[in-house]
Amino acid sequence: MLIEYAIASFFASAAFGIIYQAPRNTIIKCGLVGMIGWVIYISLVWEEVDSVPATLIASFVIAVVSQVLARIYKTPMIIFSVPGIIPLVPGSLAYDAMRSFVQNDYSVAISIAAKAFMISGAIAFGLVFSEVLNQIMKKMRQTKAQVR
Amino acid sequence: MERTEDLIELCLLMGKIMQQNGAETYRVEDTMTRIAQSFGRDEAQSYVTPTGILFTISPGAPAKLVRVSARETNLEKVKLANNVSRNITSGEMSTHVAYKELRKIETSPTDYTILMQIIAATLASGFFTLMFQGSWYDFLPACIAGGLGFIALMNFIRLFEIKFVAEFVASLLIGFTAFSLFSLGIGKEVDKIVVGSIMPLVPGLLITNAVRDLMAGHLISGLAKGAEAFLTAFAIGAGIAVMFALF
Repeated sequence: MLIEYAIASFFASAAFGIIYQAPRNTIIKCGLVGMIGWVIYISLVWEEVDSVPATLIASFVIAVVSQVLARIYKTPMIIFSVPGIIPLVPGSLAYDAMRSFVQNDYSVAISIAAKAFMISGAIAFGLVFSEVLNQIMKKMRQTKAQVR
Repeated sequence: MERTEDLIELCLLMGKIMQQNGAETYRVEDTMTRIAQSFGRDEAQSYVTPTGILFTISPGAPAKLVRVSARETNLEKVKLANNVSRNITSGEMSTHVAYKELRKIETSPTDYTILMQIIAATLASGFFTLMFQGSWYDFLPACIAGGLGFIALMNFIRLFEIKFVAEFVASLLIGFTAFSLFSLGIGKEVDKIVVGSIMPLVPGLLITNAVRDLMAGHLISGLAKGAEAFLTAFAIGAGIAVMFALF
């Protein structure tokens, strides 16, 4: 079943690449980045990891892959990371929360909304974490060069 | 020696294009100051918010302001502007040529036709339904509802001045299509159909960028993007909610 999710997330991310008007030659890569993220996320969830740490790990990997691609193709990193993280965005949770609000089921709604907020925080944290790692590596390389 | 006014205009235009098309706040600030630095203006400062950009070339000089009124996501333009900035900082492009190039980027038509975007949104809706554990029976109704919603959004944004009204009406249409198809017996789980088909409208990028800007210390940008994301999510949710009440 993993293959079905992989294919679905590939096309969903690539389609978002088109909606966000990514350059033509990057659309396939956008799809691949999204697929990698979603496969990691869904396999972690199947291993009964909570969805917040699963999202964190997946978004971190997406950011690292995007950074590598960005360096190879000399483009801004967001071209790959933005369509790539779209599958992780808690759209269905936000919808569930909204539906519970409308049905006057406030306690359920608040807890689902909190979960959605935590997941968006995890996505952002994964992105920021990889950026920090990238900067540390850059600084280490510079100091090494100076020592020599 | 480049004229100072030209350099300021160039930096502002660069910032405006990047901010309008969805670049991150820190990248916009970074690019603007870096261009100034490449012409020996080490003390240039920029202050970027989602709705406007302030830039000053040196501490005593007057600050200039550019208003950013409409924002969208166009990654192609971000990439092109980034290329121009690379060429400027490596000294391959003069301010004059760069300014002309940026003007061309600003007004250039989009790379994808509207039809292609509609098809993309249609397919994205269907595949998102599958990703959220919907069955293949839900694929087709999600495609129809999502595609119609996206067409509606694109047309209503032109019709109504206020973006949130357009999003509300589009999500009304999505809800109506999904629930009517479901009551006609097309599709298995109406929840999955609706979730998949609202995905092209969901402000996922904004939510993530908002939290990210907050973490990076761009507090104003973060709060502004968060507010925009919340309003959009509320408009979509309200539209679906109305349909829930009716069906």
